[in-house]
This record gives sequence, C-alpha cells and structure tokens, in this order.
Amino acid sequence: MSEHAEHAGDETNYVKIWATLLCLLIVSILGPFLGIKIVTLIAAFGIAIVKAYLVAKYFMHLNVEPRYAVYLLTTMLVLVLLFFAGTAPDVMKHEGTNWVKPVVHVETHAPAQH
Amino acid sequence: MAESIPADATHGHDVHHHAEQSFWSKYVFSTDHKMIAMQYMFTGMAMALIGGFMAYAFRMQLAFPGIEVPGYGTVTATDYNALVTNHGTIMIFWVAMPVLIAAFGNFLIPLMIGCDDMVFPKINRLSYQIFLLSAIVLISSFFVPGGGFGGGWTAYPPLSAKGEYNLTSLGSSLWLVAVALEFVAFLLGGINFVTTAMNARAPGMKMFDIPIVVWLIVVASILFMASVGPLIAGAVMLFMDQNIGTAFFDPDKGGDPVLWQHLFWFFGHPEVYVVLLPAMGITAEIMCVFARKKMFAYKTFIYTTFGTGVLSFTVWAHHQFVAGIDPRMANIFTVTTLLISIPIAEMCFIYIATLYGGSIRLTTPMLWALAFVAEFLIGGVTGIFLGASGADIYFHDTYFVLAHFHYTFFPIAIIGTFAGFTYWFPKMFGKMMNETLGKIHFWGTIIPFNGIFIPLFVLGGAGQHRRIYNYQHFPDLAGVEMQDLRVFATVSLIIMLAFQLVFFYNCFISWRKKEKDAGKNPWKANTLEWTAESPPPHGNWPELPTVYRGPYEYSVPGREEDYYPQNVPG
Amino acid sequence: MRPIANTRMAAGIPTGRLAVWWVVASEIVIFGGLLASYIMHRIAHPEWGDQAANTNVWLGGFNTFVLLTSSLTAVLSHKAATAGNGPKAARLLYATCLGAVIFVCVKAFEWTTEISHGYTITSSTFWSFYYTAAGLHALHVIAGAIIMLLVAETAKKNLELHRVELIGIYWHFVDIVWIFLFPLLYIAK
Repeated sequence: MSEHAEHAGDETNYVKIWATLLCLLIVSILGPFLGIKIVTLIAAFGIAIVKAYLVAKYFMHLNVEPRYAVYLLTTMLVLVLLFFAGTAPDVMKHEGTNWVKPVVHVETHAPAQH
Repeated sequence: MAESIPADATHGHDVHHHAEQSFWSKYVFSTDHKMIAMQYMFTGMAMALIGGFMAYAFRMQLAFPGIEVPGYGTVTATDYNALVTNHGTIMIFWVAMPVLIAAFGNFLIPLMIGCDDMVFPKINRLSYQIFLLSAIVLISSFFVPGGGFGGGWTAYPPLSAKGEYNLTSLGSSLWLVAVALEFVAFLLGGINFVTTAMNARAPGMKMFDIPIVVWLIVVASILFMASVGPLIAGAVMLFMDQNIGTAFFDPDKGGDPVLWQHLFWFFGHPEVYVVLLPAMGITAEIMCVFARKKMFAYKTFIYTTFGTGVLSFTVWAHHQFVAGIDPRMANIFTVTTLLISIPIAEMCFIYIATLYGGSIRLTTPMLWALAFVAEFLIGGVTGIFLGASGADIYFHDTYFVLAHFHYTFFPIAIIGTFAGFTYWFPKMFGKMMNETLGKIHFWGTIIPFNGIFIPLFVLGGAGQHRRIYNYQHFPDLAGVEMQDLRVFATVSLIIMLAFQLVFFYNCFISWRKKEKDAGKNPWKANTLEWTAESPPPHGNWPELPTVYRGPYEYSVPGREEDYYPQNVPG
Repeated sequence: MRPIANTRMAAGIPTGRLAVWWVVASEIVIFGGLLASYIMHRIAHPEWGDQAANTNVWLGGFNTFVLLTSSLTAVLSHKAATAGNGPKAARLLYATCLGAVIFVCVKAFEWTTEISHGYTITSSTFWSFYYTAAGLHALHVIAGAIIMLLVAETAKKNLELHRVELIGIYWHFVDIVWIFLFPLLYIAK
C-alpha cells in the first residue's frame, strides 16, 4: 500500500536492528556456558523476549500500526497465559495433591494386568 | 472516495455477467457469498439429517434393546459407541457451526453492512471446499475397517489415543483429521468475517449502527479463532500419539491425559458461546422486527456480549471437576462459571424489555425466537447445578448433563437456525413460506423436543449414566418405570423427526411457487439486506447503499410508517 | 475481479494486512497452546534437562542466525516494494527463501544426526515435544517459503506489491516463534 511508504524505516536502521539481534543471539548462546542457572534463564528467555519485541516492533512495523493490532496480539498472549495458569496446576502435579499414590502396589500388579 | 467507486466497479460484475455463468461456476465453484452461504446451509442441513438419523438409531436401541431398528438394522455395542460419538461431533461441528456462523455469517454480513461481497471471495470458497472435504472424511470414517470412532465426541485419551483400546485405529484418526480440517475451514471463514465486518462497512455506518447479529457473529468468530489454537496443537499431539507412537497423553510413559482435557475444553467451552452468540443475534433481530420496537439497550447488549466472550475463556475446567483436577482450581472455576450466567441472564432481560409494550406479531420466525429464549433458559438454569463443583460430582456423566446440554444446544442449533431460516427465507429465495405449515412445524418440533429431554432430566437425577449400550444389564437402572421414560423419549424423538418432513415440504412448495411474492421488504424491517432485491443478484445492489441511522428505528414518533430503513436519508 | 468490499478501509488498516494480523493472532494461540503444554511438562520434569543437553546448540544458534537474517531481507524487500521497485523486492524475497532452504537443510542434518544417535520421536516425551514443536515450525517455514515464491513471481512484474509486506509479516512471526523455540528446546538444560 502506497500510504504505508512514509513509515517504513530506512535501510541502515533495519541493519542496525539486525546487528543488535545478532549480538543478543551470541549472548544468549554464550551466557549458559557460565553454568549459573539464573544467568542461563535470563540469557535464554529474557533475551528471547527482547528479540521478539525488536522484531515485532521494527520488522513487523507494529510501532506505526494502529494500536489495536498490538492489543489484538497481546490479548492472544494473555489467553495463552490464562491457559497455562489454569492447566499447569494439574499437569505439573502428575501425582496429585490430596492423595498418596500407592506406587509399590501398582508395580507388583501391573505386569499381571497386561 | 468510497462513494465514487461503486458506480464504476459494480458494472464489472453485474447481472449480465451473472447470467452467463455455467452451472458449475454458479452453484459449485461460486465465489458469491450468498451462494457459499447456501452451500453451507444445505450441507449443514444434510449433516443434521445424518446426525438426526444416528440419534434415532441409538435412541431405538436404548428404548427397545436389541431390536432390529427399521432402516438401520441391529445396533451392536461398537455401532452404538460410534453413533453417539459421531452424533455429537456432527451436530456441533458440522451442523451448528456451519449453519449458524458460516451460513448466516456469509449471507448476512455483506448484506447487512452494505457491501458487494466478502473481502476475500476466493478464500471464502476455499473455506467451504475444505469444510465439504472434512464432512466427506468424517462420513468415510464409518466405512473403514473397524468402523467409526467410538470414544465420545470429547475424544479423551488414552481411549482415543491407542488403537488397541478403542479398536478403531483408522476410524479415530479419520475423525481427528476431519475435525482438524473443519477447524482450518472455519479459521479461514472467521478471518474473512472479521475482516469484512471491520473494514467493509457502508459509508456512514458507524460502529454502533451495525446490526446486532453481525456484531455477534463477529464476536463469535473472534472467540473461535482465539480459542481453537490449543486444540489444534492438541489434535496434532493426539494424532502423533495415535499414529507415530508418541506418549503426550499416555500416563504410562510420562504423558498426561488431563492435559488433553484442558486443551479440548479451553476450546470446547468458548465453542458453546461461538454457536450461542449468532443464535442470540438472530433472535434479537427477529424480536425487534416483530415487536415493532427499538432494541432495548443496544449498546449494553453488545458490551454484555464482550463480557460473555471474555468470561467464556475462564470457565473451561468445569467440565473436568471429576477428572482429578486440583480442587483449589475447581473452586475458582465454580465461581467463574456461576459468574458467566450473569451476562446471559442480562441478555434475556434485554429481550424481555424489548418485547415489553411492543405490538407483537406472532409470525413463525417470532415464535421460534420466543421459543429460543424460553427453552434456552431451561438449559441455562440447569447449568447452575453442573457449574457448582459439589453438585457436579453427583451429576457428572449422567443424563442430567446430557439433557442440560441438549437444552442449550437444541435451542441454539435447531431453534435458532429455524428462526433465522424462516425469517430470511424471503430474502434468500424471493418467496414467502407458508405460515400455517410453519406453525405446524414449530409446534411439532417444540413439544416433542421437551418430550425427549424432560424425561432425561428425571433419568439423570435417578443416576442413569450416559454412554451405556444397554441399561438392562444394570439392575439399578433396568426398572420398568425408568424404561418407560426411555421409551417416551424415543417416541418423542420419532415424532419430532417426522414433523421435520413438514418443514421440508414447506420449503419445497414455497420454493416451487411461480410468482416471487416476497418483494424487497416483506417484514418491513430496517436493516440493509431488505433494501436489496429478493434474492439479491451477484454484487447485491446496483449501487451500494449509504447508511444514515441505527438499525432498530421502529415506531419512531412522528413518522407515518412504523419503520425507518437505515439507508433512507433524512 | 476484486469486490468493492476489499477496497474499503473502515478500520484504518488495509484489508490484506488486517487479515494477516488475524492469521498471526490465531497462530499465536496454536503455538502458544503447544509451547504452554511443553513448558508445564518441562517445569514438572527437571530431568528433561539431561536430554535437552543432547541437542546441538551451535546448529540451533546458526539456524536462529539464518532466520534473523532472512527477516532482515524480508523487511528490506518490503521497503523496496513500498518504493515501487518490484524486481528488487523479488530478489530480496528470493534471498529470504534461500534462508528458509538453509534453515530446513540444517534442520534435516540435525535431525538425521539425532535420530542416528537413537533420539527418536518416541524416545521420551521431551523428544516428542522437540520434534513436534520444531516440526510444526518447520512446516510453517516451508509454507512461508512457497507463498513467498508465488509473491515474488508477481512482484517481479511490479504487480500486487502490497503482498510483499503481508508475507513479510507472516515471516517475522515465524521468526519470532523460532526465537522462543530456540531457548526452550536448546538452551534450557
């Protein structure tokens, strides 16, 4: 669309963002070699969020799109979080919370049932 | 800008172009939104007949165990499982969705917002073709070795995940593929609906000049697109479990079957609102027209719809209270479930307030619309018992659930559809339906419908579990007083199915009538579709309309006529 | 012929781009559902870290580099298209496709190595998620590359240049999904 022309950034700007992304990538690969868990997590996921933010903002041009496009995508992310919040308490506790699983009992009888 | 385009552009594809089309390009490969709507409508109705026939077969087995069912033969236990599973799947995914969203959405959105077609006509056609393919895949699953899938329409693993458990390894994979294809079809359709309604409104039509039914179909499409993702991911995982041997849902190997239930119901519950909202919108349109009154609290109704949409994402685990989910989460989901009855109740009050003081005309569409509210209320109120986790532990998986569910979905999928179909039939075909036959059909459907499901509430309260092949094998459930109720329900079903012949006869004779007696606006309604020819030609209007006011200006004081079409200047 | 409806713009975003946003939105929940399922399993199973150690971080990192670079060419192609330079936009799209091809080849090499070491899709739930998530993403890469070739065909003739931007938005989304898959599957041990 022609009216979109004025807000496409200039070329060097895109290359700068690309260079930033590559630096972040190198940090996220090298960070975990320190072997400190918290550094690994931040290097892995903190940087992933920053990278995704940069790509979405400058490459997908969300910085110049009407705001509701951002709200739309954010809503979808919130829904995924909601799904996670409702589901994780069950899936992260396979063994259940309110009862003791009779592990020994199951193991001795399991072969006979099959 | 927009005013200048129509005059030139519509000449490109006007009536002349339309007349030259061959049978194939006019009826089969058409990109015209109205023809695609008809394709969805009649495919959906055909699937409804198949689903209804399945209901007939397994209800006969339940009422008269072991009987040779006329037209089907003996229902074996495997058949029974496949029939109940596919009855549920077909009625929700291949009847309610295509008719309420795809057919009415396709037909109404461009006509009601005053444009010539959907914004992406070819994607629209592709959407229908994928949908048709999915229907063929589903039906073909009945004719493969092992027969159709029999693991319930919710397809809980591990039963659905392993061929050695469900004994229909091919049938269950085909079922899954069919459902996935159907989702793809409706994702394409949904994107089309939402984009059309957002971007292609007629000049002058502001946000709150859009008719309620368009709003609600759009919100429903958004709900669908936002909720179906996890289930698509889950379907991929389940498909791999079935065919490649992964163990996403197999507790033996570190998977988690409850995860599927979450993935399924995260979609499955909003899905209820996906089909409910279009039916609510159709009802609202019809009530305003036949009460000759302005819609009460139009904006509140729309905001309530948004509230329903948001809340519908927070209630899904109320289907899983007995699945071993965390009891603390069950408390949260109980609260949200009871909360969601508030916006729905509010919508019902808005209907009643709209009717209050109106000059009501009890035409066939109006009867259907009134019946929708009345019957859906029963479904809603019985849901309160199931939403409370304590009561649900007793009621879960009984016929009480089944009856509740049918009291919500029957009004949505059948009553809502008949309301919309009888109301827009003059626009679709240019001819009026026979009112007497319409009323016979109405009462012949509504009375037996209650006759089917009220006994099932009683049976469910007495502890009758669902998905059981033959209750005579269970001494507690084999008593003659319970069997009588089952027979009563089955006989009601047969009566109801027989009365559908009246409907088809009515359609047929109305369609065959020589003269087009409907005119442009038989109901004297305001919305834009009634300003086009009946049926509208390709491109809908010679010159696209401009909008000057809201859609519900009925009985405006100081005006000679009691309606005030949206496109009339002044 | 395009309907008039397609040329209207009541919502302030051109119709094609608006539709792509909705595509991206529905894709977010698809990948979101899959990744959320993976993450909750992953947190519940710290022992999966030992299996994740068998993935090849260097190849994964290289693929991230490839996708980030192809995103750059995609956005440069969009810039060329807005300037009305169809042939240049098409060349940059072909460069983006080349990125997709390299990505898929590296992926194929990586998977072959892993499968030959005995880490197949049925080895454990970690590997099931690994192959499913990366495979679903790879399908999106392939689909995107095919669409891009079609778009480049018309763009070369200076036709339908707005499509360059639309496929670009989709491509950046595919890139973003990989940006999250990379730490989830390769780095977190």
